[in-house]
Amino acid sequence: MSDFLQQVVIGVQLGSIYALIALGYTMVYGVLRLINFAHGDVFMVGAFVGFYAARALKLEEQPTLAGALITLLPVLLLAMVACAVLGLVIERLAYRPLRRAPRLTALITAIGVSLFLENAGQLLFGADPKFFPSVTPQGAGATLNLGGATISKDQLVLVVAAALLMAVLWYIVQRTRIGRAMRAVSHDADAAALMGINTDTVIAFTFGLGAALAGAGGMLFAALTYAKILPLMGIAIGLKAFVAAVVGGIGSIPGAMLGGLLMGLSESFVRGSGFSRWTEAVAFVLLIGVLLLRPAGLLGRFAPEKV
Amino acid sequence: MAPLLRRALFIGGTVVVLLVLSLVLPQTLDPVVFRIVMLSGIAIIMAVSLNLINGFTGQFSIGHAGFQALGAYGAAALTVYGHNALFGYLPKAGPLQPGLAGFFQGAPAILIAMLASGLLAAAVGYLVGLPSLRLRGDYLAIVTLGFGEIIRVVIENTDVVGGPRGFSGNVEAGVLTPRLTSFFWVYLVVVLVVVVSRNLRFSVQGLGFLAVREDEIAAQAMGVDTTRTKVIAFVLGAFFAGVAGALYAHYEFTLSPTSFGFVRSFDFVTMVVLGGLGSITGSVLAAVLLTALPEVLRSSLGSVQGLDQYRLVTYALLLIILMIVRPQGIFGRGELRRDTFFRRGKRPPATPLTGA
Repeated sequence: MSDFLQQVVIGVQLGSIYALIALGYTMVYGVLRLINFAHGDVFMVGAFVGFYAARALKLEEQPTLAGALITLLPVLLLAMVACAVLGLVIERLAYRPLRRAPRLTALITAIGVSLFLENAGQLLFGADPKFFPSVTPQGAGATLNLGGATISKDQLVLVVAAALLMAVLWYIVQRTRIGRAMRAVSHDADAAALMGINTDTVIAFTFGLGAALAGAGGMLFAALTYAKILPLMGIAIGLKAFVAAVVGGIGSIPGAMLGGLLMGLSESFVRGSGFSRWTEAVAFVLLIGVLLLRPAGLLGRFAPEKV
Repeated sequence: MAPLLRRALFIGGTVVVLLVLSLVLPQTLDPVVFRIVMLSGIAIIMAVSLNLINGFTGQFSIGHAGFQALGAYGAAALTVYGHNALFGYLPKAGPLQPGLAGFFQGAPAILIAMLASGLLAAAVGYLVGLPSLRLRGDYLAIVTLGFGEIIRVVIENTDVVGGPRGFSGNVEAGVLTPRLTSFFWVYLVVVLVVVVSRNLRFSVQGLGFLAVREDEIAAQAMGVDTTRTKVIAFVLGAFFAGVAGALYAHYEFTLSPTSFGFVRSFDFVTMVVLGGLGSITGSVLAAVLLTALPEVLRSSLGSVQGLDQYRLVTYALLLIILMIVRPQGIFGRGELRRDTFFRRGKRPPATPLTGA
């Protein structure tokens, strides 16, 4: 039982990272029908911005959790802003010129941007792994015991932060003017344009928003799981987050959250049962199974083709 | 000339020319250049066969490297583990006999290996083609990507073929993957895949492929069996990818599962799109360009100290710029043909339509 709970804890932690990234894939797909393959690399940039910011600010281990959170907040915001700017630049330079081009062309450009970010990352940051300094209090009292499962406060902070960010996103999409415009463009871009919505602005905003979430995901992942920060770290995580977005139903925001969670849980259970070398295959088998049963993903809406 | 005679001359001429080149080129070309020539040939097979699926039929497949991996590992396992039973006449390790003798020594083995791996990949291609009956566009793309990745993970977990360490033969028995691939075999398959594509393009069957690409529902209404068409495209494309895999396996010393990941699949999609979706000559040229470009950048930038590390960044930038400047690909849907260079402007004037 405690083993089971432990895997759930790990799964939820992984899943919230996947969900943060999957949201960016799904929103961009919603407004532009483009699989933005460079999105995983934006996550990587977020991790590096977090790392360099933490180093520049000389962050150290704080005695209390509250103190640690206050120290980490500016780093998080910085990573989000930097990634939002990066997202806007990518959209403006690489994708906007191709708005009317065949969709496969835009996909290849996205792959080009992804390759560019990875290789530029290796040039700028070097290929040796970097580690975020530990800021949250470690040692005794850093973990909680919950029905036999150990939860570190780091894991708790990560999940809560991810949930808060998603709540903010939900508010923006559902309750603000620009959010309504996003939903309109996603529903029918041409009709939205006829209603006076500046679709270019909305698309750029969506890119910025998605990139900010990926940046937050990268920074949280680096700061709270102490994972290796590498220029190529975005490839595998980005691919799995993308699979998560599709499983949930690409274009659907709750779907991305659900898909991310499912992907994290399935990965942690596969790892936990000693088949860690099969995790990626399991992710894709899950994907193919879901798509065969529900061709538009779990929460996606299936649109019959009109003649 | 009688069509039959023409065909016989074409086949005979191709075989003789390729055989002569196969004996001469390795001796005369710089090894680095020869390697680019060989890898370009294999890339051409991959790009032209993917063009059958993505370009002709309009199905969105981005897992083509998976079929190549199947072919490569299948073929290498066959020649290594079947050495005693089937290929005892091959050396256990090291090169074949020099010259024409080596050609005849390796010919039966590589033919069997190519055929077997092609059929293996085609069988799996059939399985991958089946979901395409339900899924469209981006979703199909993701499923093909998933299949490609699953194939890679399965190979990584199969210890008989080396798992994550890679496969270079049965080291304990001292049998290494034989080096059967010569210029002749690579470019024979190149000619074959191009001719098959071209003939398909102008056949009734092939017009069905194009109809599915343009409008599936309309094609169905006109009596095209869209299901069959899509599955045939997948099977045919996978077959040639498997053959390309067999050629690759017997050219490289060591196979590594990581060299068949989704990034490699993207390379082939890039070739097809860059050449112009549906354009055979476009795929050929883009395959050569994208295989040679990194090497050329390596030799030109590598000579300047410290510039080599900018190679991959330059490659990525060139790719983005090329797509923005020519979103329809180098040739669009057109082909490079004789009258692209000659006879320009001498085309007969179009006959005006008359009301009668």
